[in-house]
Order: sequence, then structure tokens, then C-alpha cells
Amino acid sequence: MSEQPPVALRGLTKQYGRITAVDDVSLTVNEGDVFGYLGPNGAGKTTSLRMMLGLITPTAGEARVFGHDPQKSVDALADVAGFVEAPRFYPYLDGMTNLRLVAALDGNEAKTRIDEALDVVELTGRAGDKVGGYSHGMRQRLGIAAALIRRPKLLLLDEPATGLDPGGMRDMRALIARLSAEGMTVMLSSHLLAEVEELCNRVAIVRSGRIVYEGELEELRATAGLTIRLRTSDDEVALRVLSDRRGISDVTRHGAAPIQFRAADEAAIGELSRALADSGALIFELAPSAATLEDLFFELTEGEGDAQAEEKRLDELSDLTGGAQ
Amino acid sequence: MSRPGTLTVYRWELRKLRAQKRTYLGLGAAVLVPIVFSVAVAIQPGEPADVPFGRYINDTGLAFPLVTLLFGSIWFYPLIAALVSGDIVANEDNNGTLKTILTRSVERSQVFFGKVMAAFSYSILAIILSGVVATIAGIIVSGFNPIPTLSGTLETPEQGLLLVAGSLAVYLMPILAISSFALLLSTVFRNSAAAVVGTLMFSLLLQLVVIIPGLDGLQPYLLSTQFNSWQGLLRTPADWDPIIRAAWVCAAYAIPSLAVALTVFLRRDVAGG
Ligand SMILES: Nc1ncnc2c1ncn2[C@@H]1O[C@H](COP(=O)(O)OP(=O)(O)OP(=O)(O)O)[C@@H](O)[C@H]1O
Ligand SMILES: [Mg+2]
Repeated sequence: MSEQPPVALRGLTKQYGRITAVDDVSLTVNEGDVFGYLGPNGAGKTTSLRMMLGLITPTAGEARVFGHDPQKSVDALADVAGFVEAPRFYPYLDGMTNLRLVAALDGNEAKTRIDEALDVVELTGRAGDKVGGYSHGMRQRLGIAAALIRRPKLLLLDEPATGLDPGGMRDMRALIARLSAEGMTVMLSSHLLAEVEELCNRVAIVRSGRIVYEGELEELRATAGLTIRLRTSDDEVALRVLSDRRGISDVTRHGAAPIQFRAADEAAIGELSRALADSGALIFELAPSAATLEDLFFELTEGEGDAQAEEKRLDELSDLTGGAQ
Repeated sequence: MSRPGTLTVYRWELRKLRAQKRTYLGLGAAVLVPIVFSVAVAIQPGEPADVPFGRYINDTGLAFPLVTLLFGSIWFYPLIAALVSGDIVANEDNNGTLKTILTRSVERSQVFFGKVMAAFSYSILAIILSGVVATIAGIIVSGFNPIPTLSGTLETPEQGLLLVAGSLAVYLMPILAISSFALLLSTVFRNSAAAVVGTLMFSLLLQLVVIIPGLDGLQPYLLSTQFNSWQGLLRTPADWDPIIRAAWVCAAYAIPSLAVALTVFLRRDVAGG
């Protein structure tokens, strides 16, 4: 299918008085993506999603879903479902009636999927209770059910795991993975790098309304470089092997802590393991250190607001990624 | 697959109204007030002689709904109408549910008109219920007897019943205008208490405008005046002038209110909640 991409944002901007909530955001979500929209509080994630759902009008730029403008008509949302912030329902109606209501507003067919959707989010037993008495997590689940009955091709989720218990979070992630495997395109916002790493193939990192990185998660990992932890039977020998090796840099060792170094690629690590074995330093542990991507994320989203330093970082980053931004 | 539209919204708005206490508060008051009035008349047979038909309440039950309409026009029926009409949009803001319904397959305009139809339905039901209860209670207390018209002629009870029904129908025009204004405030204020109180203030202020010297010429064009237009029916021959004027004056209040409300509703940002 040579169709329009599920999401295309071009120069999207939303101004609230002095605050630019979303600042010239351009990005594309392609069919089949699980796209992570990652950023700290107030970064503009919810505001962007509201514009994609036609709930608020952009100050400038445009948001398109499957090539259609949700500002013009809800027809644009024919294949789209989701929610922003916590899903909200009528507290004086029970869960089932709330779903019937939104299903009626979708058209008749959605009604036939209510039972299945309730089952998926494990709310069947509580469907007869007033939503006013639901817990936060139950409302979140009902929100997912309300989105599923639309059988969308694009699912927009604003921090879907927020407020869920650990089991619920796991189920939610499993559900998103399953829907994606079934061919649904998903865009989800999140504060959590780990969540995005687990679920998403592409990511946009936003800060103060601006995109500071957009691209494949793999590329971002490559940008962060591979920091490797190494413990051996003889670290002195290992250090000698490490020094001056092609593809190995930044070797550090603090006291009894494991040796750390950066590797250019996985091939360099493979070579290294053979060299270590040959040298007689037996490998106890040779593992990537997870902290690096996290560090990069904080660096991208937390800078001092020093514009020059910021620009420099971004330049470095786009050099490294070949201008993926 | 049938496409959902205004009628779908309307049906579900009625369903929502049926689940809310506010609806029963309004309808309950609309029923209770004529009953209390009838009981009071039964116990203490004085008569409110200073209003048209007040003199006849001990002679015929058909005078009861008419006297109720007269007294109710000052604030009671406007309040009943505003109670739901002023809430029907603001309620969505309060519950944060606009984003829930506006991201389905109905246009904002369809949501708005579905709400207008539901608010109107409620207001019409409240007036008719109130009128029917007043008539029945009145007949129990004072009997199903002939009723004198404002021209001094006497109508048979059957003819009188028709005139009461006609009067209720004419009364609906200013009531729907009040509903429309409440809908406007509900949309603009996004707060139902403010919309209900605001509508009532508006209705009372209009009644006061004529006290200002030089403004008494406005009287025929005020909404409050239209609440009395049904009295044209109770003349022989019937005087249609006040009724025709009520039709266009009420439209002149209702249509711009709804037009502004619709514009605001179509353009507004749905944030928060
Ligand atoms: N309706 C509004 N009126 C005024 N300012 C707003 C409004 N909505 C959002 N903002 C501002 O826009 C900025 C972005 O808000 P937004 O809710 O999009 O952030 P977010 O990335 O979703 O944050 P969080 O992670 O806390 O949910 C914030 O500074 C916020 O104060
Ligand atoms: Mg948010």
C-alpha cells in the first residue's frame, strides 16, 4: 500500500500565551511502527497528541493522520483511536453502558466487540459497576477497551502504563506488543526510557516542546555507543590486551570495580573475547552496561537550558547519527 | 454500517439525562409545585385575585394550570429549564468527557445539536408534566367546570381543556428560548452552576429593564413578556397577535444564542480533563 503515513506532523506548533507547548515539531510515524514519544513532564507530549486527535487547534503547522486533517472532520479519525491523559467516562453510568455509548458514536459494528474488549482488559466482572467507583487503573483499562472496540489501524496512547500496578503494566506492554504484531501502528508517549526501549522501534525525544532526537532506537543506541563491563580472572592482563586495540576506547578502571570501555561495534567485542582467552585472562563477565542510553536521554532532556551547550550537543548528536534529526 | 449522527447523540443524551439526579430534581419540582399549590387551595380556600384566572380557582380546576403558568414564569419554569440546559455541555467539561466523545465518529456539530434536542425535550417534558399534573390536581380540588375567558365569555370544560393545552404549547416558545440561552452559557462558561445562575439572572434582569424610565417601550420585545402571550388564546375571539409576536421574539433570542454557542463549541480547544 502506498498510502499516507499513519502520522505526519509538519512544523506543528501550539502556543499557550508565552508558553510554546509544542515547538515546530515534524515527524512521521510509518505503518507498523511502535513509535515512542519520550520526554519529561511538560515536554508537550499530551498537547501534540491532542492536536493529532483534533481536540485542539495548532497555532501553526499541521498534523495529519493517514493524510487527513483531524481539524476538518472526524472522518480523519476513522482508523484512529486512543486517549490523552487519563481516559474519562461518565461516572454515573456503568462501564458497560459507557462502552455502549462510545460504540454507538462509532457506528453499529463497534458494539459487537465490547465483550471481547472487556475481556482483554480484564474488566468483565466490573462492567456492571458505575465508573464513578472505578480505581485509576480500572479507568485506564476501560480507556484501552474503548479504543480497541474501534478496531483502529493507529492507536494513540498517552502514557498508557501510568497508574497501573506492575502486573497491569506488564499486561499493557504485552497487549501493545500483540496489537503491533497483528499489524496495528502504535504511537505512545512515555516518561520511561525502559518502556520505550522494550516496546518501540522508533523514538522521538522531546524537550520543552522541541524534538531533540528522532529516529530508530537502534541508531540511538549506536549513538550512545556500547559501554561494556568486563571482569576477568586477571584484570592486569586484560587491561594490557585492551590497550591499543582497534575499536576499543575509553578504558577505565576504578579500584575493584569492573573494567569499563567503549566498543565501536559488536565485532570488536568478539575479537576481544578471543584475544582475552588467548592471553590467559578468563572472562567472568563481558556485558553491555545499560546505563549509557539512560545517560544520553538525561543529557538530551535535562540540560541546563544553556542554549550554546545545547546546540553543541545536538550538533554532536546529529554528526554521530548522520543527521537523523 | 449505519453512520452515527445527531439522532444517535440525541438518544444517548437522553440516556445520560435518565441517569442523572438533576433531571429528576427538575421534573420532580415541575410536578410537585402544582400539587402543593392545589393542596394549599384545598385547605385554605382564599384566592390570588390579583392575577388573571386567580379569581376562578375555586370555581374550576382548569384555572389551576393557567395560574401556575403565570406564577411560574417569574423564575420557577426558567429555573427548571436552565437546570438541565445549563448543565448539558458544562457537564462534559466537568467530567472531562468531551475528549471521549469527540474522538469517535460524530462531528462536533452533531454532538451539539444532539444536546440541543435533548435539552429541549427535557424542557418540553417538564412543562407538559407540570401542566397535566396542575390540571388533574385542579379538577380534583375544584371540579371540571366551565371556565370564563378574559373577554368574559364562558367556555365549556371540554373547550377549556383544549385552551389549556394550547396555552401550554404557546408557553413552550419562551421556555425553549430560555433553554437556548442556558445552552449558550453552558457552552461558554463550561460550568453548570454559573450557567444556571446566569440564565436565571438574565431572565430576572429582563423583567426589571422595563422599570427604567424610557425603556418601557421595550416591553413587547422582552422574553419575559412572551411568557404571557398564551393569554391571547383565552379571549373571544382568540387574539393571535401576542402569539405571533412571541414566535419571532423567542426565535430572535434562541437562534442567535444557539448560533454563538455552536460557533464556540466548534472552535474551542478541548484541553484539560
Ligand atoms: N490548556 C493549556 N493551557 C495553558 N498551558 C497549557 C495547556 N496545556 C498544556 N499547557 C502547557 O504546555 C506545556 C506542555 O504540556 P503537556 O501537557 O503537553 O506536557 P506533557 O509532555 O504531556 O507532560 P506530562 O508528562 O506531565 O504529561 C506545559 O508547559 C503546560 O503547562
Ligand atoms: Mg501529558
